[in-house]
Amino acid sequence: MRPLTMKRLLWTCGALTAVLLGCVVLALKLGAVPISVTDLVVNLGRMAMGRSNELPSEYRLIVFDLRLPRILLGILVGAALSVSGASFQALLRNPLADPFVLGVSSGAALGSILALILAPQFALLTPLGAFLGAGATIAAVYYLGRREGQLDSATLLLGGIITASFLSAIIMFLMTTLAGRDLRGMVFWLMGDLSTPVPAGLRWIFTVGLLAGIGAIYTTAADLNLLLTGEREAIHLGVDVTRVKLVVYVSASLLTALAVSVSGAIGYVGLLVPHAVRLLFGSDYRLLIPASALGGAIVIVVADMLARTVVAPTELPVGAMTAIAGAPVFIYLLRRGMR
Amino acid sequence: MNTPETSMEAAGGREELPKGAAVRLNVEQASYAYAASAQSAPTFTLGATSFQARERELIAILGPNASGKSTLLQLIAGTIAPLSGRVELEGQETSRLDARTRAQRIAVVHQESSAVYPALAGDFVLQGRHPYGRALRLASKEDIEIARHALAQVGAEHLAGRTIRELSGGEKQRIILARALAQQPRLLLLDEPTLHLDIGAQVELLERLRELAEEAKYAVVVVTHELALVAEFADHVVLLHHGTCLRVGPPSAVYQRELLEQVFEAPLDVELGPAGRPRVNLRARRSEDAT
Repeated sequence: MRPLTMKRLLWTCGALTAVLLGCVVLALKLGAVPISVTDLVVNLGRMAMGRSNELPSEYRLIVFDLRLPRILLGILVGAALSVSGASFQALLRNPLADPFVLGVSSGAALGSILALILAPQFALLTPLGAFLGAGATIAAVYYLGRREGQLDSATLLLGGIITASFLSAIIMFLMTTLAGRDLRGMVFWLMGDLSTPVPAGLRWIFTVGLLAGIGAIYTTAADLNLLLTGEREAIHLGVDVTRVKLVVYVSASLLTALAVSVSGAIGYVGLLVPHAVRLLFGSDYRLLIPASALGGAIVIVVADMLARTVVAPTELPVGAMTAIAGAPVFIYLLRRGMR
Repeated sequence: MNTPETSMEAAGGREELPKGAAVRLNVEQASYAYAASAQSAPTFTLGATSFQARERELIAILGPNASGKSTLLQLIAGTIAPLSGRVELEGQETSRLDARTRAQRIAVVHQESSAVYPALAGDFVLQGRHPYGRALRLASKEDIEIARHALAQVGAEHLAGRTIRELSGGEKQRIILARALAQQPRLLLLDEPTLHLDIGAQVELLERLRELAEEAKYAVVVVTHELALVAEFADHVVLLHHGTCLRVGPPSAVYQRELLEQVFEAPLDVELGPAGRPRVNLRARRSEDAT
């Protein structure tokens, strides 16, 4: 018997936070303009003490106005995608479940693109379109997944896959016929990209929405453990299954919509990170959810750092990095786990 | 048959019976019907069924496939509400209890439990403490003590550190039973618990259930189609056939050759064993022709 203790929970999360901080410092340092770690620490100290006006102006621009916001965005997006992936896997009792598989990401992407085509002059409409697109997709997939009044996991997954491919086809259609003007930017965004800063007005909504979504899912962590052994058993062990499913489904979809609206469709994170965490720390959702959030943040920060530096001064979309790195690592972890 | 007078009085809750045991479960004229939609005709109905389970008693719900056993199990477990009649656990209708309270009082053991991700058997048993915890439900010392005790009750302390996937069918069934015991229920419900077990493990499980009923004062209800096991171990039998409750009573009263042959659609021999329990043997049709 090796039940989860608060000590193990805190140690694991503490260790992952330390790794994340290390990655953040590295990501601040590396880039088209290299910056020494000593300078960085000194200036971060100044910043923390509220003496930011003492900073050299090029520092302010590169480190604090360009790199830091992008890293913070990467942390939030990575956490959101990983937690929603882990949640969908428990909800559907299916290791293949992921916001992308369920079509939620495609729905959000389509919503964004429609907003961009219909009203390119209003930048704020793009994330709003993603919200609406994701919301409509959730509703459609949820409806498709219902059988005899019950949410059926297999039907839901199948409905999601069909919806995803349908929406991708529409996106391809729109891109090739309508958007001749900024095709490269759109392809970048479709593959997942962190280079576009979040509009100032949306930053708080975005941050609060993501934290609330992750928090709501975490309240059901113990229930998700039981849901994994089977819905019927979970009911007999006192889980209010309908409520838990609804909370997790809505929250996980919100997380996906928010992440896609600011960073496009970054793939593999929702699938890769929870599995890696499972192989490293076990499958208890009370640990898996916070560890996946931190792990997802680490993966995105590192992937984006590589995307900025590998072919500098040109940038790669971070989604391409996660896909290239994700598949082999995933296979490695999977095979190691099977031995 | 249980006398209708006593079951009426039992509606209020604990009632002292001649045996000195309190009535735990009181199923009274409970019926149910499945229909594709509210308007269409029902595709399956379970007719009014009545029986009681007292503490220390092992009740078998017996019948072939599609006889209504699973429906009756769900009614008892409270996951569905009866169309008419009542299903009460110590005076409270099981379907009206909230999920948490219900799980503190009724534990259900299903024929198979499949963990998608590998879990240690000990941690699996700890899941039985879920209805007693809040929020994250990190295991308390008391929870661990209870889980250990549950493992000891099924003779599986040595399996605590193994993963569920490594276990044999019989070992797995013991771990699932231990999880149910960790719920500290008033009523233990088992759905075809012997389905994937070999004969040795089947007898071991039923003997263990008998012991648990005696020593820990559980009321045990087992849904099964195993005629021989029921004859040997059950105190009372609820015989179902095509959604109708045909008989309720001790095995010696229910096990009549013509009745069982009709219900199970197989030629059978029923004789009375030395301990007053009936014995059932399958009679091959060929040998019947020969005689």
